[in-house]
Amino acid sequence: MFFNAFIIALREIRRNLTRAFLTVVGIVIGVAAVVTMVTLGRGATEVVKAQISNIGSNLLILRPGQGWGHSGAPMFNKSDLRTIKDQVPGIHALAPFVNTNVPAVHLDNVRNTDIQGTTSNYFEIANWKIAMGRFFTDAEVLEGASVCVIGETIRKELFGKGVDPIGGKIRCKGMSVVVVGVTAVKGQGGFGDDLDDNIIVPYTTLQRRLTGQAKKDNINQIMISGETGYPTANIVADVSSLMRERRGLTHNEENNFSVFDSLQLADAISSSTRVMTSLLGWVAGVSLLVGGIGIMNIMLVSVTERTREIGIRLAIGARAREVLLQFLVEAVTLSCVGGVTGIALAYVFCSLGAEAVGAPFLFDPKINLIAFVFSAAIGIIFGFMPARRAASLDPIEALRHE
Amino acid sequence: MIPRATPPPPTATGVVFEARKLRKVYHTGELDVVALHGVDLELNAGELVCLLGASGSGKSTLLNILGGLDVPTSGELIYKGWQLDGSREETLTLFRRNCVGFVFQFYNLIPSLTARENVALITGISLDPMTSEEALEMVGLGARMDHFPSQLSGGEQQRVAIARAIAKRPEVLLCDEPTGALDVTTGITVLEAVERINRELGTLTVVITHNAVMSEMADRVLYLSDGKIVNSHRNETRLPASQLKW
Repeated sequence: MFFNAFIIALREIRRNLTRAFLTVVGIVIGVAAVVTMVTLGRGATEVVKAQISNIGSNLLILRPGQGWGHSGAPMFNKSDLRTIKDQVPGIHALAPFVNTNVPAVHLDNVRNTDIQGTTSNYFEIANWKIAMGRFFTDAEVLEGASVCVIGETIRKELFGKGVDPIGGKIRCKGMSVVVVGVTAVKGQGGFGDDLDDNIIVPYTTLQRRLTGQAKKDNINQIMISGETGYPTANIVADVSSLMRERRGLTHNEENNFSVFDSLQLADAISSSTRVMTSLLGWVAGVSLLVGGIGIMNIMLVSVTERTREIGIRLAIGARAREVLLQFLVEAVTLSCVGGVTGIALAYVFCSLGAEAVGAPFLFDPKINLIAFVFSAAIGIIFGFMPARRAASLDPIEALRHE
Repeated sequence: MIPRATPPPPTATGVVFEARKLRKVYHTGELDVVALHGVDLELNAGELVCLLGASGSGKSTLLNILGGLDVPTSGELIYKGWQLDGSREETLTLFRRNCVGFVFQFYNLIPSLTARENVALITGISLDPMTSEEALEMVGLGARMDHFPSQLSGGEQQRVAIARAIAKRPEVLLCDEPTGALDVTTGITVLEAVERINRELGTLTVVITHNAVMSEMADRVLYLSDGKIVNSHRNETRLPASQLKW
């Protein structure tokens, strides 16, 4: 009986192909939108996660002031660095971080870039890999050697593609440094910045020869990596407590420093992406409902058009529930056809969209299945009323219908 | 009487329908239209009965009530001991499904289904049906089973409708002006099919007609006027449908 109802439903759809197409457009758009939004949203979340992990997945950054601007808050110094290292448990490594933005010159090539001063620990903390040459050593940090490690962007801009820059010299204002290594490509950071557009030098070199802050001993940031498995939230709490004590802050005073946890950052960005995705998913869901109303409308028209047919079925002995099933199967078939077409369309949109926004195309059968089941449910919900109307017709009246 | 879910088994002889003081009133706004004024009748197994009468005489109303499509306002209707009046809709549906075959004036085939599929509508739901192929063979349409109604002539469409009506092996075949929309030759072909069903399956057949000539092929003729049976007569011999002329 169900199979017969399905065959008849297909026949009816074929008989009114244009109308069926127009009826399911709403469902097609709804399903395609839901699947595309959710799939691309998941892809974007994965990209953000990957980018955060590029910065260093177990990384904490101690910065002066609240938020990203320090607004006159006191900087850190070597003593802070040592105390944190000695007194806070769960720390695997830490490194000072000083940076400034100046033009870097090699021969005729100039590039305004970020000059970062740190220690050798930084490479491990921030998950840097070496592509050519080597990182600088602790000894070179101690002596304030004129060495640097450059990112791939700097190599291309200052030395040219394919040129070996090791041993080459770069001049940054009054400081001249020799390239000892090139870092492996990292790509974009969590905020879309180019992580390969930098020159990393010993922080002592930067302080003594570029920023002139040697006497002040200022350190812009302290980069900390936690031990594997040790909760970073504990490190954040301990570092905060220690720094408040060292800075003499009373319990009424707010922190004049902040600790960023890359894990928390990744979670925050992921969760905001998720919220956006689900929001867009809901908006797309509304178009599915509109599609459902379209189906109900056409099914009501169909019931009116086929009143005589309904009368025949009832006259020859079909039960009301069999007539109801027939029309319900037709509505569900229509919405399922819309669902399948929507999923196919979403596949195309997702592959094009993923390429356009540089996110991976993560095909998730679960989302597709949910969208399909939802479209079928729309068919049942919105098809029920017209089907019930058909089933409740009086056979004699229906047979008289012109 | 509590309605039974399944109808009584068919019998070759005896009274099939027994109607006592059947009355049907349609309420249309403030007006009451009396379609049947206390009809009494008995219809027997294997009979071919013609209902003759002018338009509005109550023929179709009587046929619809006999077929369980409509219910009487008052009076008694018994089908082989089974009280139909006062039955629930579900019971009447089962009665229509298993005991009654309808043939309408305008064929009433479903246009999106082939001849075979139109017949299969009933073979799929009744208790002991013949196959669609058997039913179509009986009405001489073995070669046109996979044609859609639009590909068949009026006479052929009506024969498909007959095949659909008899596929359930009904005890009763009710035909409402089966030749009303057909020319004479085609009409006779259709009547031959009806006659054959009546003869070979022993089905009680009731045919509504305006055409007095057609009554010559019946065992009995009932004349209706103003919702009453005003006259009836039994033919000594039944004229074969092929010999009818009008």
